[in-house]
Amino acid sequence: MFAKAAMAALCAAILAATPAAAADKPKELVVGITTFLSGPASVFGVPGKHAAEMLISDINAKGGILGVPVRPIFIDEGAGANQLASEYRRVALNEGAQVMLASVSSANCLALTPVAEDLEVPNILWDCSSPRIFEDNSFKYSVRTQAHTGAEMLPAALYLVKNYPNFKTVAGVNQDYAAGRDQWNLFLTALKALKPDVEVVAELFPKFGAADYSTEISRLQALKPDVVVNTAWGGDLDTFVQQAAARGVMTQSTYVLPLGESSLERLGNALPAGVIIGARGDHYFLHPEYKADAKFQDFVKRFHDKTGAYPIYPVFHMAQALAALEAAYDGAAQKNDGKWPSKEQLLDGFKGLKFRGLTSEVTIREDNQGLENQLIGTTVRLPDYPFAVLDKITIYPGALVTTPVGEKTAPWLAKLSPAMVNDPSIITLNASK
Amino acid sequence: MSFSVLLLATLDGLSYGAQIFLVAVGLSLIFGVLRIVNVAHGSFYAIGAYVAATFGMWIAAAGFSPWLSYPAMLLAAVGVGVVVGGVLEVTLLRRIYGKEQVLQLLITFAAFMILEDVQKAVWGVTPYFVNTPLSLLGTVSVMGINYSVYQLAVLPLVAVVVLIGLRFVLRYTRVGRIVTAVTEDREASMAMGVDSSKVYLFTFIAGASLAAFGGALASGSTSLVPGMGAGMIILSFAVAATAGLGQIEGAAVAALMIGLGRSIAVYLAPEFDVVMPYLIMFIVLLFKPQGLFSTIQTRKV
Repeated sequence: MFAKAAMAALCAAILAATPAAAADKPKELVVGITTFLSGPASVFGVPGKHAAEMLISDINAKGGILGVPVRPIFIDEGAGANQLASEYRRVALNEGAQVMLASVSSANCLALTPVAEDLEVPNILWDCSSPRIFEDNSFKYSVRTQAHTGAEMLPAALYLVKNYPNFKTVAGVNQDYAAGRDQWNLFLTALKALKPDVEVVAELFPKFGAADYSTEISRLQALKPDVVVNTAWGGDLDTFVQQAAARGVMTQSTYVLPLGESSLERLGNALPAGVIIGARGDHYFLHPEYKADAKFQDFVKRFHDKTGAYPIYPVFHMAQALAALEAAYDGAAQKNDGKWPSKEQLLDGFKGLKFRGLTSEVTIREDNQGLENQLIGTTVRLPDYPFAVLDKITIYPGALVTTPVGEKTAPWLAKLSPAMVNDPSIITLNASK
Repeated sequence: MSFSVLLLATLDGLSYGAQIFLVAVGLSLIFGVLRIVNVAHGSFYAIGAYVAATFGMWIAAAGFSPWLSYPAMLLAAVGVGVVVGGVLEVTLLRRIYGKEQVLQLLITFAAFMILEDVQKAVWGVTPYFVNTPLSLLGTVSVMGINYSVYQLAVLPLVAVVVLIGLRFVLRYTRVGRIVTAVTEDREASMAMGVDSSKVYLFTFIAGASLAAFGGALASGSTSLVPGMGAGMIILSFAVAATAGLGQIEGAAVAALMIGLGRSIAVYLAPEFDVVMPYLIMFIVLLFKPQGLFSTIQTRKV
């Protein structure tokens, strides 16, 4: 009896003692990173991992974060949500990860955010895009260092209405899974608000991972819509564009590919000029605002040397997550007389944090959602590159296109006014020849 | 439904059906002879596609005529069938014939997962797309709609040649007769002096080559990504189950039904696009649980 009571008292004392005081500086900062290393989404996950390895070795080369070296542990998202959640727990509990970076997939982020709350581990949502995460819940331990689907689809609609004001009909071809349907619904909601007379002539949802779009392409040819929207990515987008281009359909309508930036290089000569391309943020390896930026240029070159490909948006998202982590630790340590911050102090450090990855500055709002600028452009063929690059680039400020705190994305997009198209905060960059 | 929609949907359905037929017929053939449901069949499809794409890139890099990429597909298919299929049969499957079906499923599934990782280790995760075969043949216009000749003519034509070829071999050649005999009754055919192990190996290599050939042909018109084998194995199971496992002609009819069903759905009810193959399978199995073309078999004890 006595032993039990003593034990309980001891446990209570330990529990009470740990969280309050600033923690001692650890020997290393273990960061668990979930990313796709298998399956079709590894077209994002593997470049994200390469970026993390490069950037973490850069951080460690200058002494680590507050003098503590960073050690990443990568977890494969491709193994399914259950396996992922148990690996996530294992890395947080047994490997002693102090911070987690989750995930590429929105479904995985939705599954892991409650786990992070359970484990009380700071969790950076580095690449996933579902607006539901912070709109349907309030999480203490998760922050998102990039935009969400609403803030990514709205600029594409704004760009389309601004630059092609005379179109009447639109068709959607989107992957049949949660994100594909969300993206199309939010794009269409925004488009209808900005251009109420638009007519939707087809909503096609081919299978995720489809190998053949013959029927969809035939139908598009028969319908001849003015605009075709395809939010697909990776192999799916490549297959669609290749098959459509082979049949001469890519020039029949104005195509809008909100995730097209990640396929530009792979599509080579199949992607014609005049296609509207989005980049899930202001991510583009030839970003005209960073032509003279040494850090940006040096990274792009090193990434290309290492992997043989130009960096795509998940690479920039990874840079943002790690930059936010560094900035939050620095800020929290400053408020703590330079000492290693506790978990709570670190989480405070993310509130209102302004940081810069490789492109423009991102601000983390009070609801833990990042405000990230968005870049949209139109493809052009230049002799310098064997693939389509972007022209007529427009930058949409994160503060303009992100759903305000406390509102939900779909109803907010539905009540936008067409006047937003000419908002003075939108920056149009002239063609970079 | 107007006639023009029906015609367009038929043309699209043909090319899609032809692609899945090639993979499903290999699966069906292997089941018919070896009585094994081979999950690793999806790997043959994926590896066949990657090898054909690699050949295609070599041909382009070496400056040879791009027309060589068509024979290279055949070469890739046979190569993968003999090397990967042959090794798998000799080292693994040979030990599990006649064992419990659950065990067979688990072992071929394990082989599938290993091959999936091998494929990732060799070719990485970046999607491959070699569009030479697709662009080389150009397009034809049917009722104002542009079709690529590759998808509209080459794929269905190859499928028909394979179907007729298989029928001919199985019905009219000595080898085919022996294969049919082993399928009917292994023990009796062995008593007649047939080397059934050799027949099994031969059939497995042929089935694997067919899947690899399906992949090689697909590599001309689709992105090669990790996980592509998994999608195909599910679809070809649906085809083989609809047809009745082991039915060659049945696989052709079922693939055609699924191809047409899917393309008609895209025109009339796009929401049903994805579920169409399984809806067809469900309806068929509801009325003919052994598949469309199965004959009632007496169970041997």
